[in-house]
Amino acid sequence: MFVPSDNSPPSLEDFTLVMPAVAVGNVGQLAVDLIVSTLNMSRVGFIHTDCLIPMAGNNPYSTCKEDAQELHTPAEVYVAPELKLAVLQIRAPIVQTKSKKFRQLIVSWIKASGFSRTVILSSSHAYQRDDQQMKGTPLRYLATPSLLKASANALKELGWREMERVASFPGLTEANAEPRLCIPGGGITKGLYTDSCSEDLPLAVVLLFCSEGDNIPDAFALVNHLNDWLHLLDDPVSDTLQFYCCSFTSRDLKFD
Amino acid sequence: MATFFGEVLSVYSRAVEEDDEDPEQDEEDEQIRRELEEKREVHLRWSPEVSELLKSGNKLPCREFILAVGHNAAKFLSVYVLTSANWDTLGHASVWNERSRAVTGQSSEESACVFYRHKENPTVMICQVTCYVAEDQLFQWTEKVFDCLQHRELSVTVLSDSSVADYKTADYLCTSSAPFLRSLHTGTFSGQPVCQSLEQPNIITGLPAAVLNHCQVQRIATVVYQCYSDVIGPDSVSMETFKPALTKLAKSIQLNSSPNTDILRKMVKTTDIQSNLYI
Repeated sequence: MFVPSDNSPPSLEDFTLVMPAVAVGNVGQLAVDLIVSTLNMSRVGFIHTDCLIPMAGNNPYSTCKEDAQELHTPAEVYVAPELKLAVLQIRAPIVQTKSKKFRQLIVSWIKASGFSRTVILSSSHAYQRDDQQMKGTPLRYLATPSLLKASANALKELGWREMERVASFPGLTEANAEPRLCIPGGGITKGLYTDSCSEDLPLAVVLLFCSEGDNIPDAFALVNHLNDWLHLLDDPVSDTLQFYCCSFTSRDLKFD
Repeated sequence: MATFFGEVLSVYSRAVEEDDEDPEQDEEDEQIRRELEEKREVHLRWSPEVSELLKSGNKLPCREFILAVGHNAAKFLSVYVLTSANWDTLGHASVWNERSRAVTGQSSEESACVFYRHKENPTVMICQVTCYVAEDQLFQWTEKVFDCLQHRELSVTVLSDSSVADYKTADYLCTSSAPFLRSLHTGTFSGQPVCQSLEQPNIITGLPAAVLNHCQVQRIATVVYQCYSDVIGPDSVSMETFKPALTKLAKSIQLNSSPNTDILRKMVKTTDIQSNLYI
């Protein structure tokens, strides 16, 4: 359930929504942290749900003493109205038995808010790639038919690579085994994508193959890649300048 | 995962399992899942008087709600506050999960999460939680409990235990610094916490976090005091760190500043023999 932080609910009509999928190396979450802190976005509300494991902390994006003591929760919505951009940050793992419910909640919130498009930032296990996926860039995208109607050309111009479908039974030539979409380690990414396809939502997944470790560089790669499409920043975000912003959210919420 | 000494730790992997749910789930699986979910539901059992009040659509009038989570926090209240005999037991919450013991019987389950109300000032309530509330039950526990309380003028104080091993800091923590207190409060909390605010990148989890989340979105003034202790099990020094947190509430709660040592000893003793680490 979306709960606005002010008395008046924000208008998110026609905004672009960017949200992470809690996935390998927390790359999506780190990338979202980077976007929120770089664009100085302001919090407009919370997603209050039993699907996420409760956590609380002080302001992860604090820049001075005054704003340090501000409570932050597992799922919050930030906006940059001038860019027509809304961002949902998820800081906690999803309760195991409730991932389906969480997907439904997100899909119905996206519909109710009237976002023009949704971008999911995600990641997938690098070690589970097949031969074709190992070639070239580790970045991939997926787009629902509804999004392709509006953005097919833009995506084509960017020269992005679509996430390859992999064989259901590698090594076997089964005539009727269709290659299928597989996002190992991607959490709810695949579920959200297929839900959005069937619900006719304009949604794209932008993901990166990675391994667990220091995933900050992966987050920069993902944000700069996204920036090529959405043009949120004039210059690519640089590793050294923005390093501090990643100190809190995802890195320390891994519960490990 | 088990450590060298055999303690079982719950370790989370950062890797996320692909949720490959089978759309055609077995009917039997589904039924088992449903039954498990029912069993894991949080139940509140109130005294007849309170049940009546809630049944008629009213809520418990409450201005000061003090929640103690963990053995040190709960025993601190037992020793310093509840000994005054000015308290009525209002009810308890029962929670069943993977860490519940099957045989220990009803009595221990009932004493693991108890609500008390001040006899003279019935708008002051205390809750002690010493049982484990599982991740999927935290939200439900909070919703159910706060649903019974009147929200107007409600102010919540949470006392909670934590291990100093969970405290992240760039500086060297000298052994004499533990136990210490850190605070975290909601946006509507207007007072001055009695201790330092929880520093980045530390976070609060579990029941205190669930309460903070709920109170932040419901705009209830709430403060959590988390005690980082270096002792496993309840000890009187860690308990004492909570003292300043309650002196703020002196108007509604009298602190028994010099508790009977016998009571204190009894509280601390119960966990003496649990560890075989240094036999």
